[in-house]
Amino acid sequence: MSVKFETRDIVVPGDLLYEGRIRTGENTFRREGNVYSNKVGLVNYGNDRVSVIALEGTYTPLVGDLVVGMVTDIELGQWVVDIGASTDAILTINDAINKSFRTNFDMTRVLDVGDVVVAKIVDLDRRRTPILSIVGRELGKVHEGFIMKITPSKIPRLIGKKGSMINMILRETRSQITIGQNGRILINGRNREDEELVVKVIHKIENEAHTSGLTNRIQEYLRKIKEDRK
Amino acid sequence: MSNTIVSRLKRKKITDVLATGKRMDGRDLLQYRDWEIKTNFLAKSEGSAEVRLGKTRVVVGVKIGIGHPFEDTPDAGVMMVNAEYTPAAHPTWEPGPPSDDAIELARVVDRGLRAAEIIDMEKLGLVSGKKVQMIFVDLYVLNYDGNLIDACSAGALAALTTADAPKFKVSKEDEVEITDKTEKLKLRAHPVAVTVCKIGDSLLVDPTYDEEEVKDGRITITVDENGNLNAIQKRGPVGFTVDEIKKCINIASEKAAEIRAIALAGE
Amino acid sequence: MSKKTKKKTTKRKSSKKKWARVDGRKPDELRPMKIESGVIPNADGSAYIEMGRNKIIVGVYGPREMHPKRFSKPNRGVLRCRYHMAPFSVDPRRSPAPSRRDQEISMVITDAIEPALFLERYPRSVIDVYAEIIEADGGTRCASINAAAVALADAGIPMKDLVSSCAAGKYDGKIVLDLGDHEDKKGESDVPVAYLPKIDEVTLLQMEGIMTQEETEKCIDLAIEGCKQVYEAQKEALKKKYGMVDEAEEKEEETGEEETVEEEEE
Repeated sequence: MSVKFETRDIVVPGDLLYEGRIRTGENTFRREGNVYSNKVGLVNYGNDRVSVIALEGTYTPLVGDLVVGMVTDIELGQWVVDIGASTDAILTINDAINKSFRTNFDMTRVLDVGDVVVAKIVDLDRRRTPILSIVGRELGKVHEGFIMKITPSKIPRLIGKKGSMINMILRETRSQITIGQNGRILINGRNREDEELVVKVIHKIENEAHTSGLTNRIQEYLRKIKEDRK
Repeated sequence: MSNTIVSRLKRKKITDVLATGKRMDGRDLLQYRDWEIKTNFLAKSEGSAEVRLGKTRVVVGVKIGIGHPFEDTPDAGVMMVNAEYTPAAHPTWEPGPPSDDAIELARVVDRGLRAAEIIDMEKLGLVSGKKVQMIFVDLYVLNYDGNLIDACSAGALAALTTADAPKFKVSKEDEVEITDKTEKLKLRAHPVAVTVCKIGDSLLVDPTYDEEEVKDGRITITVDENGNLNAIQKRGPVGFTVDEIKKCINIASEKAAEIRAIALAGE
Repeated sequence: MSKKTKKKTTKRKSSKKKWARVDGRKPDELRPMKIESGVIPNADGSAYIEMGRNKIIVGVYGPREMHPKRFSKPNRGVLRCRYHMAPFSVDPRRSPAPSRRDQEISMVITDAIEPALFLERYPRSVIDVYAEIIEADGGTRCASINAAAVALADAGIPMKDLVSSCAAGKYDGKIVLDLGDHEDKKGESDVPVAYLPKIDEVTLLQMEGIMTQEETEKCIDLAIEGCKQVYEAQKEALKKKYGMVDEAEEKEEETGEEETVEEEEE
């Protein structure tokens, strides 16, 4: 049999998933004509490919991603931003304000070391450095709130299919939540109680990301907590 | 610690929440996280303790051997406290010689033990001027989430209290033999360090890593079981009013008793 | 040492008496092992291992930006493994400063693990592996590699295979597996091996002592058998985290197809 496991079996790096030709989905690799897992996760045999749903791993920057990061350095005409990827990201002046760089321009008037930003990845340069932009709605320096970090691979679970999970959380907690694809979540609630609820819910999703029936369980969880509050 | 960049947003949020009398993790200002202390779990150490305080995790090893006394105290044993900031404990920690913070941690814990005269060092002599007992206390940080001083101080106390010290036999020819017999160390005091942090106008105990990052200053006060103060260390580029200092001393005296009970529970 | 002499005398006296190791193990028996993943909250991945009386904890950070930049490589990532012993891990206490032995072991451990990684995916980045020996009792470099492999997988760093490590050697004339501290110090030879179980390649091989070629090859084979046993324990440790899957799902009523994580092509 070419298929070596059953969908949702737990596999480890090096496990032979498929003997022979098949498309390699995420977290798999081809060696000597066969497909293997390169992470710990749940194997998934699709129609024409095999992949592994992994629950850990650093953030892999993709063009178009919304990320939350912190400025860690200022260079000539650009800021260095830590987004938790394998290399730092760059934000140039042009992508921050509609001005071109003049040598006597004080960059700290726009962003200083220690500032937190919500940005979009607009490019990956030839050295695969993520290039950011904060020009646009909902982008820019963050003035209020706090950041919660979860494993980036669990972000899709937090968002849910067509936003079903996150929309439910927004509704029930009435808080502002900005989700960075890099696993950093910006939270701003109307009061501490609501914020603490958001943190609790996200923790629960993070711990149970690999289970099914999660959306309903979270809905139930939120409902129970709000009842206990009354 | 002093080299890392602190997020302005983090400082603002923590300060805003503190103003309401609470902390980011829901604790009161004078509330410690959960303690977990395990003792005597290392076979090659005479004494050992593993302390978990919230997510902070340290291992304290006590080793007792034979060494050379200091010239001016030929009959006194030697106690040395060393701290290791293992690079595994925090993303910003790098391998290398002890950082300033690691050195301070070791010295503050040492001072607390020494000033309280926890062990009568004069009783540790073996051969006058040549051989004395050496007590090494090694503080090994495995996960750093704030408040290392309090965690290590409690760990050192727990490890010393439960240590199985070897009994030494000195022959007529001044040969020292380590017998198979062991005994508990005779501890004369039970000093405990309590660190009070100042963030803005708030005074709080047991800071997490985030709280330590945004703190303005801290005072560590070591208190013994009689309520005497053994050591004080003030850090941070801000001033404390005398009133604040007195408040810190009161807080420390109260908290020390709680921590001491936990540290000695393994006895 | 008197213990050893006593054994030999006993052996000569009555050949019917069963030869036993100091801890009663059979020649091809591993010491009891325990592996746990995810033990250092701050680390990207971590693991704790007990192999006999060895107690080792490993923390992994990365891939992350490498500083200083001049040590980074433009077209691939760098793996940095550091082996370090706590002062109280041995008797008598040792200095906390890294020794030359620590440095050499750090290097061979790095070489043992690197073939299992996809470093070409992380130019200019570094993966840091920090092994801290809390208690040592022979075979710490093997145990460190075993914990490091689990820690790297725990971090979600892509790997071609796990890395499993075990030593074999000669003690009191017999070829034995997984030497304890006593056997290591008093035996005739020690051969630590690290192995990629699925790829079937040896990535660490050292040898010290006096043995014939045949004995040495026997040791390597035996060590690889030991590695395979270790591999099973490593897999268990990694899968344990997902053990909650079955419990959580059983409690739930299935309400139809749930959203799954979006798949992306490699």
